[in-house]
Amino acid sequence: MSTSPAISPASGRSLHRFANPGRFLRLSARVLPFLAVPALLLTLGGLAWGLFVAPADYQQGDAMRIIYIHVPAAWLASGGYLGLAICALLSLVWRHPLADLAAVEIGPVGAAFTALCLATGSLWGKPMWGAWWVWDARLTSVLVLFFLYLGHIALVRAFDEPERGYRAGAILALVGVVNLPIIKFSVDWWNTLHQPSTLTVTGAPSMHVDMLWPLLTCILGFSLGFAAVVTARLRAAVMERRIRGLLLAQAQGI
Amino acid sequence: MRKLLARELRLSLRHGTDSLAAILFFLVAGALFPLAIGPAPETLARIAPGIVWVCALLAALLPLDRLFGADAEDGSLDHLLLSGLPPAAIALGKAAAHWLTTGLPLLLAAIPMAIMLRLPDEALPALLLGLIPGTAFLSLIGTTGAALVLGARRGGVLLPLLVLPMAVPALIFGVAAADAAALGLAARPHLLLLSALCAAALPLCPLAAGAALRSAAE
Repeated sequence: MSTSPAISPASGRSLHRFANPGRFLRLSARVLPFLAVPALLLTLGGLAWGLFVAPADYQQGDAMRIIYIHVPAAWLASGGYLGLAICALLSLVWRHPLADLAAVEIGPVGAAFTALCLATGSLWGKPMWGAWWVWDARLTSVLVLFFLYLGHIALVRAFDEPERGYRAGAILALVGVVNLPIIKFSVDWWNTLHQPSTLTVTGAPSMHVDMLWPLLTCILGFSLGFAAVVTARLRAAVMERRIRGLLLAQAQGI
Repeated sequence: MRKLLARELRLSLRHGTDSLAAILFFLVAGALFPLAIGPAPETLARIAPGIVWVCALLAALLPLDRLFGADAEDGSLDHLLLSGLPPAAIALGKAAAHWLTTGLPLLLAAIPMAIMLRLPDEALPALLLGLIPGTAFLSLIGTTGAALVLGARRGGVLLPLLVLPMAVPALIFGVAAADAAALGLAARPHLLLLSALCAAALPLCPLAAGAALRSAAE
C-alpha cells in the first residue's frame, strides 16, 4: 500500500509519538488521576445539584430531572461513536497501533452509555408519553447505534488474528458513521415525539440557566469519566498484550 | 469485471439450489404469517408490505454466507485479487451477481406473495418499485457485511447482526411507500428517498467491501 505524499513526515511523527506503548503507559499513568478525580467530583456534584438544588420543570415536574443523566449519556453515546470512527480512520490510514486498541476498548464503554441513554429515555418516556418505548426516528436511530456498537464489539473479537479483527472493525465503524447525522437531525427532519435539542452550539439554550449549569456540569463529568474509563481500559489492554508477549517468549525459551 | 459477473452467474446457474433455497425460504416464511395471525383479509392487507419486506430482507441474507466463503476456501478469491481488478470492482461484481441471482427472483416471487397476502392492487406497483432499489441496497450492504466477516468465527451468525441494522432505512422507506400507495397517498417521495439510499450505497459499499477483502487476503 502506498502512503499519500500529501502527509508531511512531521505530522506522521507527531501522530506516532504516542504509538510507543511504553510512552503511552508513562503518560497515561500521570494523566489518569487528573481525569478520574474531577470526573467523580463533577458527576456527583452535578447530579446532586441537578437532583436536589435545581428547580423542577413547570410542565414535567420532578420527572424532568432525569435529563441530568439522559443528556450526558446520549451525548457520550454519539460522541463515543465519533471517537470510535476517528480511531478507525487513524488505524486504516496510518496503521496506528494504539488506535486499534482504543477502538476495541471504546466499543463496550460506548455501548454501555447507549444502553444507559435508552434506559433513562424509556424511564422518562413512561410518565411523559405514557409508553416505555415509541418507534419514532430519534429512538430508532439510537437503537440502531446500539446495534452498531454491539456488531463492532462482536466483530473485532471474532477473528483468530487480532489484526484482521481491527481492520474489519474499523471498516464497520466508518460505514456506521452515516448513522450519526441521522441521530442528530432526526428530531428536525421528522416530526417526532422526542423533543428537539435543548443545547445547540450556535443558538441560545432553550432552558433556564438554573437548570443549564448542573446539566453542563454533568456532561463534563460524564465525559471526563468516559475518558478515564477508556484510558484505564487501554492501559489494561496494553499491559495484557505485554504479558502475553512475555509469556510467549518464556514458552518459546523453554 | 464482465467476466467475473459471467463466472458468478454461471456458477449460480450450475448450483441453482442456492438461489432457489432463498426463494423458497421467502415463500414459506411469508406463508407462515397468515397461519400465525389468522386469515382475516383486512389485517393481512394492512401488514402485507411489512411481511414481504421483512421476508425479502431475511431471504436475501441466506446466500450471503457463501458469497465470498466458497471463493476464499478454494483460493479463487486470491486469484481474483491478483487479477488486476481493483478489490472494489470485485465487490461490485459480487454484489451485482447477488442481486441478479437473489434480488431479482425475490422481486418476481414477491408478486404472488403480495397477492396471497391480500395486498390492495393499487399498492402492488409501489411495493415492487420499492423492492427494486431496496433489494439492490440489500445486495450492496450484504456484500460489505459478507466481506467483513470473511474468516471470522461464527461468521454466519455475525452477518445478520451487522447487515440488518444497516438495512433498517431501506425497510422503513420501502414499507412507507407501499403503505402510502395503499392509502391513496403519493408513494413517490419514499421511493425517491429509497433510490437515493441505493445511489449513495452504490459507490460507498464496494469501496468498504473492497478494503475488507484486501485485509482478509493479507
